[in-house]
Amino acid sequence: MTSKATQLYADAHPVAQSDEKDSAWIKSKRYWYWISVILPAAPLISSYFAIETGYGILLWFTVALMYAILPFIDRIVGLDSSNPSDELVDKLKDDRYYVYIMYLATAMHWVSLVGMAYVVSHFEWSWISILGGALSAGIVNGVALVAGHEMGHKVNDKAQVTCAKLILACSGYGHFFIEHNKGHHRHVATPEDPASSKMGETIYKFVKREIPGAFKRAWELEAERLHRMGKSEWSLSNEIIQPALVTVTAYTLMTAYFGPIMIPFLAIAAAFGWWQLTCANYVEHYGLLRQKDDKGRYERCQPHHSWNSNHKASNLILLHLQRHSDHHAHPTRPYQVLRDFEDVPVLPSGYPWMFFISMIPPVWFSVMNPKVIEWAEGDMNKVNLDADVRDEMFKRYHNPKVAA
Amino acid sequence: MSNPEYKKYCCVTCDLIYDEEIGFPEEGIPAGTLFEDIPDDWTCPECSASKSDFFLTN
Repeated sequence: MTSKATQLYADAHPVAQSDEKDSAWIKSKRYWYWISVILPAAPLISSYFAIETGYGILLWFTVALMYAILPFIDRIVGLDSSNPSDELVDKLKDDRYYVYIMYLATAMHWVSLVGMAYVVSHFEWSWISILGGALSAGIVNGVALVAGHEMGHKVNDKAQVTCAKLILACSGYGHFFIEHNKGHHRHVATPEDPASSKMGETIYKFVKREIPGAFKRAWELEAERLHRMGKSEWSLSNEIIQPALVTVTAYTLMTAYFGPIMIPFLAIAAAFGWWQLTCANYVEHYGLLRQKDDKGRYERCQPHHSWNSNHKASNLILLHLQRHSDHHAHPTRPYQVLRDFEDVPVLPSGYPWMFFISMIPPVWFSVMNPKVIEWAEGDMNKVNLDADVRDEMFKRYHNPKVAA
Repeated sequence: MSNPEYKKYCCVTCDLIYDEEIGFPEEGIPAGTLFEDIPDDWTCPECSASKSDFFLTN
């Protein structure tokens, strides 16, 4: 039997499968993924040197790592040419070793957050140093959301879902895995998705619909699930309330033991963690739009509806989230076997640098708008456009290529 | 009366249910189509996840 609805990834192919050299790299990545356990310690390590030397400015190190050092490393190290072969995918995807790394990372993220809370509250720092410490904790909270995303997709694995809730609770963003799975994956690359950005929309405008929109959608989805089971959304079965209780308990204890400095510290660290996710959502589908069929239904999400980056260094740190087309095709596919696709929209840099330029709208627009136009072949009707600048964008860019 | 042999499958990502008894006629999959008979490259109509991301459910 054939199905007319099977066009999705039929025309897209993963980049050529690995040869022997690539296969060796894929196997060595096994050890490189320990970076997910080590990276959360970066603020603590820099704090040690700040305490030893008295240079409070070192508390900013993780911020510099994110926006300066990592983009530089990405540029130097370059792209990851390797893709796991089908045989290797079968072998690696069920290897629990990679899951245990995520469990250890979960523990490390809490150690890092509590450790930084201790550091900012037990030593004499200027407010600017404390700000650096809080923002550094925020960067790490953002990385925690990536691990939470990874585990939050493994819905049929209770231990992974529990760890997802725990790690998302670091920044009080426990609703994410519900909203992301059942919301974003359904509505991706449509104007209805609060987690897909529109061309011409600055990140500062995007965040105002993304954060409240995501929470509202998560709550509605969870309430609907609980009502189906005959339960109230105001119960401990609510998977948004569960991680929220972890956050409230931990934050209350830290404030009780470490003092009122925890209020701005935790607020900034959480908010900056959320901001990292906002940047990811802003970058991943900017301007890309799924078309509607004759019945007014959106076409399925296809590889060309996600921006990808195949940079080796940032992919290791971000659990191959940048191989985003494959993620939307196989949402439960574990990070160690996500693949790069041919002929998909490609970002000019890895996420760290793209996050940085997303915060400077004129630079972002100058880099990304031409790429969206090229993707849409000049037809602005095919672009997910911010309605407020629609006329301006049409006037400026609409020039559809006519088939010969 | 429904055929007790028909099963239901749930998309692990978005919770969409594929009911073999109902099929997905609008997708070209007639009622009564067993899940195993759906082409392997078929994807979830809601979230585009692959067929392998569906699991047997009650």
